[in-house]
Amino acid sequence: MELREKAKQLLESGEVKAVIGYEPGTQGARRPAFASSAARTGRLGFEGEQNLASYVTRKEVKRLGRVAVAARPPVLRALLQLMAERQIKEQEVLPLVLDADGQVQELATAQAMEEHLALSPQQIPARDRELMDRLGGMTRQERWDFWQGELSRCIKCYACRNSCPMCYCEHCTMDCNRPQWVPVPSHALGNLEYHMVRAMHLAGRCVECGDCGRACPVGIPIHLLTFNAEESVHAQFGQRAGASSKLDYALSTFRPDDKETFIR
Amino acid sequence: MTEPFEPKITAFVCNWCTYAGADLTGTSRIKYQSNVRVLRLPCTGRIDFMLLAKAFARGADGIIISGCHPNDCHYTSGNYHARRRWMIYRNLMDFMGIDTARITFSWVSAAEGAKWAELVNEVTTGIRAMGPYTEYKQLANAGVE
Repeated sequence: MELREKAKQLLESGEVKAVIGYEPGTQGARRPAFASSAARTGRLGFEGEQNLASYVTRKEVKRLGRVAVAARPPVLRALLQLMAERQIKEQEVLPLVLDADGQVQELATAQAMEEHLALSPQQIPARDRELMDRLGGMTRQERWDFWQGELSRCIKCYACRNSCPMCYCEHCTMDCNRPQWVPVPSHALGNLEYHMVRAMHLAGRCVECGDCGRACPVGIPIHLLTFNAEESVHAQFGQRAGASSKLDYALSTFRPDDKETFIR
Repeated sequence: MTEPFEPKITAFVCNWCTYAGADLTGTSRIKYQSNVRVLRLPCTGRIDFMLLAKAFARGADGIIISGCHPNDCHYTSGNYHARRRWMIYRNLMDFMGIDTARITFSWVSAAEGAKWAELVNEVTTGIRAMGPYTEYKQLANAGVE
């Protein structure tokens, strides 16, 4: 069954109040689309890049009731991570995925989502991998210069924060001015500190969808910072955000035998 | 004539072990270099990663983070949480090009007065050899006339 048919059926039966997917936008781009009635499902599709999970924590979406979401693997991971962080409940979302035969499948439970995810390995895109490896091979000074060059273009629009499905805090550290942790203007120090804070706050929570990098209007590869934090969590603590709806936050748990090499 | 470079070292220490340990260094009359500014916090778990960034921005050339040995935390697990945080933060800083060689993590207990003196001396000598951390400090003044 196709997504449009499925959406129509779900909306007509009242099983969900809205279906979130993608539709054609301007200039050949794909944009997120909300269908709240069967009549509006005609343009829905699976192809699109934005992480739709960032909508399900919004108040205006929660108010609707249960929503179905066209879910590529990063969206599924984000939904599971949101469940692990108790931001959404299993019964509040209905992820729709394509199975191996190209049929739309409903994943009504977290377990079904986890099983579906287990089918395809999690990999960061080759282009990002390559850049990360290149950065890893640089000297510290070269890395500093690279990031200073990139971050000097940051205009602090917070598009990276707003596009992130995991940045749902109502009071973000960036908006607090008592104390003012990070300078507000897009200043060299403030830019560095902002991206440092963002990566640290997403360590162990980043589902590696890369939406922050895509949202950046000046094209800074900022998603690499959260990827780095996420990869060091995976390498050192053996867990990945979005793998399960019952994941403990890596930085609020510990093991007495955590191994590090630098504390004297 | 220019004065020889004297590094500024900021030490974030926990109240229960390292601060008491540093106290013991003093009461034992062990001499050590005076470049260190000690900031006492309740626990290493309280040391927000941003405090390190702030120290560098305010002119620190080196940073010492020290607290209770694993299993000795006054609050049972603060240092375990801190350890996890540093394991991630250190990698991230390195990835962003911040000089992690200027940050020293250590466990110093209340009985290790001699270890504290040794640690401070070692770090101070190391940072003196590295020179001032102007790279980061410059950011704070960038664009300010």
